[in-house]
Amino acid sequence: MLDNLTQRLSGIVKNLRGQARLTEDNIQDSLREVRLALLEADVALSVVKEFTAQVKQAALGEEVIGSLSPGQALIGVVNRELTKLMGEHNDALNLAAVPPAVILMAGLQGAGKTTTSGKLAKLLREQNKKKVLLVSCDVYRPAAIEQLRTLAQQIEVDFFPSDITQKPQDIALAALDFARKHHHEVLIVDTAGRLAVDAAMMEEIKQLHAALKPIETLFVVDAMTGQDAVNTAKAFGDTLPLTGVILTKLDGDARGGAALSVRHVTGKPIKFVGVSEKMNGLEAFHPDRMAQRVLGMGDVLSLIEEAQRGVDHVEAEKLAKKMQSGKGFDLNDFKMQIVQMKKMGGMTALMDKLPAQLSQAAAGAKVDDRQINRTEGIINSMTAFERSHPEQIKASRKRRIAAGAGVQVMHVNQLLNQFEQTQKMMKMFSSKGGMAKMMRGMKGMMPGMGR
Amino acid sequence: MFGFLKKAPPTDTSENTGWLARLKTGLARTGSQLSELLNRGGRIDDELYEKLETILITSDVGMDATRLLLADVRRQVKEQKLTEVVQIKEALAHALLKLLQPLAQPLLTDARKPFVIMLCGVNGAGKTTSIGKLAKHFQSQGKSVLLAAGDTFRAAAREQLMEWGARNNVTVIAQQSGDAAAVIFDAVHAALARNIDVVLADTAGRLTTQAHLMEEIKKVKRVIAKALPDAPHEVLLVLDANTGQNALSQVKAFDEALNVTGLVLTKLDGTAKGGVIAAIAKAHPIPVRFIGVGEGLDDLRPFVAKDFVAALLGVEE
Ligand SMILES: Nc1nc2c(ncn2[C@@H]2O[C@H](COP(=O)(O)OP(=O)(O)OP(=O)(O)O)[C@@H](O)[C@H]2O)c(=O)[nH]1
Ligand SMILES: Nc1nc2c(ncn2[C@@H]2O[C@H](COP(=O)(O)OP(=O)(O)O)[C@@H](O)[C@H]2O)c(=O)[nH]1
Ligand SMILES: [Mg+2]
Ligand SMILES: [Mg+2]
Repeated sequence: MLDNLTQRLSGIVKNLRGQARLTEDNIQDSLREVRLALLEADVALSVVKEFTAQVKQAALGEEVIGSLSPGQALIGVVNRELTKLMGEHNDALNLAAVPPAVILMAGLQGAGKTTTSGKLAKLLREQNKKKVLLVSCDVYRPAAIEQLRTLAQQIEVDFFPSDITQKPQDIALAALDFARKHHHEVLIVDTAGRLAVDAAMMEEIKQLHAALKPIETLFVVDAMTGQDAVNTAKAFGDTLPLTGVILTKLDGDARGGAALSVRHVTGKPIKFVGVSEKMNGLEAFHPDRMAQRVLGMGDVLSLIEEAQRGVDHVEAEKLAKKMQSGKGFDLNDFKMQIVQMKKMGGMTALMDKLPAQLSQAAAGAKVDDRQINRTEGIINSMTAFERSHPEQIKASRKRRIAAGAGVQVMHVNQLLNQFEQTQKMMKMFSSKGGMAKMMRGMKGMMPGMGR
Repeated sequence: MFGFLKKAPPTDTSENTGWLARLKTGLARTGSQLSELLNRGGRIDDELYEKLETILITSDVGMDATRLLLADVRRQVKEQKLTEVVQIKEALAHALLKLLQPLAQPLLTDARKPFVIMLCGVNGAGKTTSIGKLAKHFQSQGKSVLLAAGDTFRAAAREQLMEWGARNNVTVIAQQSGDAAAVIFDAVHAALARNIDVVLADTAGRLTTQAHLMEEIKKVKRVIAKALPDAPHEVLLVLDANTGQNALSQVKAFDEALNVTGLVLTKLDGTAKGGVIAAIAKAHPIPVRFIGVGEGLDDLRPFVAKDFVAALLGVEE
């Protein structure tokens, strides 16, 4: 929550608070912050420029209603416009073709086409009950065909064999013929990775498209892609009539600004996102979550609203300062944090407001709201000295505190442990990339995640 | 000193016609942007600086390093009393070169035998392909090479490396088992027994958010040291030139886990410029040993800072 942009946006809120309306002048600085945040997230510069112009226009026309501060209104505009740009709703695959519905995969080397072909096949078979056939036209990369064959076997989907002496087009047509004869409803065609500047290879996939007439032509793009995403997407979009985009490797910590660039350049919906190397790691795309991820702000809007409703601002700011420095954070602060958390609807509700990838990582780290109450009770029965010197709480004090709070010494120990952990986290928070590190740490503690 | 800005870069033209030519076509957009801008003449003003900023940002240099570079250009303009727009080009190239030159440290393998190189990186970065190219590189130096199929996770990863082994006619140590550390341990032992010069160990791609996989690769490194005390002698992190600012967090995370000693920057034959290297040079410098400029055996080059700068700025005669 305290990563760069959130801090920036909080700054915006503060700076703009108390100003009656949004004017060209008073949003200038804030827009610059937004621009920076988007660039840091790898949104292509040309897209950033257009987007901020759009936000500016929308913001100036915006009426600032009721209880919202102008700052909130601006963040609202950013969030709304970003979601709009991302596509607003989720687009499903179009399979309405005379069977087999052909899906053609295209993209750069290493983007995730082969893995995604497998994932799509599994998803269509399990969720749409389709009979699927997989084929690889990658005769270039060593063992590419073998890779897809292995995946097909793993997910128990039919595989049409091919070999590197064949021409990609011949493979594809033979597979199409086979699919027709064997009543496959979907044919997924994996292709070799290619660079947009490789004219011969771009021509090859154009021909492949002409021969197959796929109902879906999906551009697969790595979420870590930088500024060049616009050039690549444009080149693929100019060569092929793309119908959608799949964004891979979202399980990493990349902000994924490429999503915005690609979406903007191709105008095509992002249909799925890849969130693991495993065959079940394909999810529907959620524009709102993606917008928030790119901004790195979680559900900043509702956090701000709730914070304003329930939290004492002065106290909150004091706490934030301490959290940032990681110094002087004692049990008083710990308690205040707990109280504020309660006001904001408890830990569970708070977790829901983290950006998608973080709440995913945090899933399972269920925090019991009842435990929060007990914690508060324990701290209440400490003396002022004890609260500011937690390290001084030894056996006899522990017994007294436990008795006072009506709990066992074990619970006091638990609390002190928890406090220590939090203190450690605070320190991580304050270092750069702290939130990501913290979440990574949490993930590491939870078995059964990732592969 | 910056003669390379005026004439076609390096000397060996037979090599250059290949990748540099491709680099240049790929970079033509940036190049022409810069030339357009500089041929326009006129004065050194804010608008000009903004255009320089655009060039750097769109090459993935990132905001931090861009600021640093532009400050350097401004300083040069002031100190050398530059007035011509054309001089700006040299000033920017100078600033970039100053930042990148320290990263140009070749990988020397003579001091150890076997010299064990372990590769790491995120999924699809180009690790396995780079091993294929590196095998060729070391063989052409007269060294014997052995490959270790340490990616025991991805489908057909072993077969992929075997093919590179076959192309190079070198032995690949592989196992049916799923234990990367065990495979590489075996390979190091085999290299010792067979008097091999260089061992190249492949590993599975992993995102740095996957804590257990980062632990696993740390273990791989520890186990290598058990086979040969001071090995691995080089830990190469492979980065895809298409990657944006996330490359920086990859460098930090892999370095924290493994103590990365060198970088390989792949896929520079496309339109991506790999400018994130400048961001890395500023925030977390690690030598760039090689660049990848294609999918073939010969598409590997040592990192030469001034060529890289020329390519990034799209400078031509
Ligand atoms: N154009 C181009 N393609 C490259 C280059 N290096 C690797 N590739 C391609 O990028 C893709 C991924 O390369 P791999 O070598 O399999 O990458 P990896 O890091 O081993 O991937 P995983 O093991 O799947 O994580 C392949 O299609 C390679 O052919 C390069 O320098 N230029
Ligand atoms: N973590 C993660 N890895 C992925 C994802 N999608 C693909 N990969 C990995 O990325 C690498 C390249 O994928 P591959 O399908 O071979 O790419 P292709 O060259 O485009 O066919 C492989 O190591 C895959 O396991 C994803 O969503 N998350
Ligand atoms: Mg593939
Ligand atoms: Mg590999």
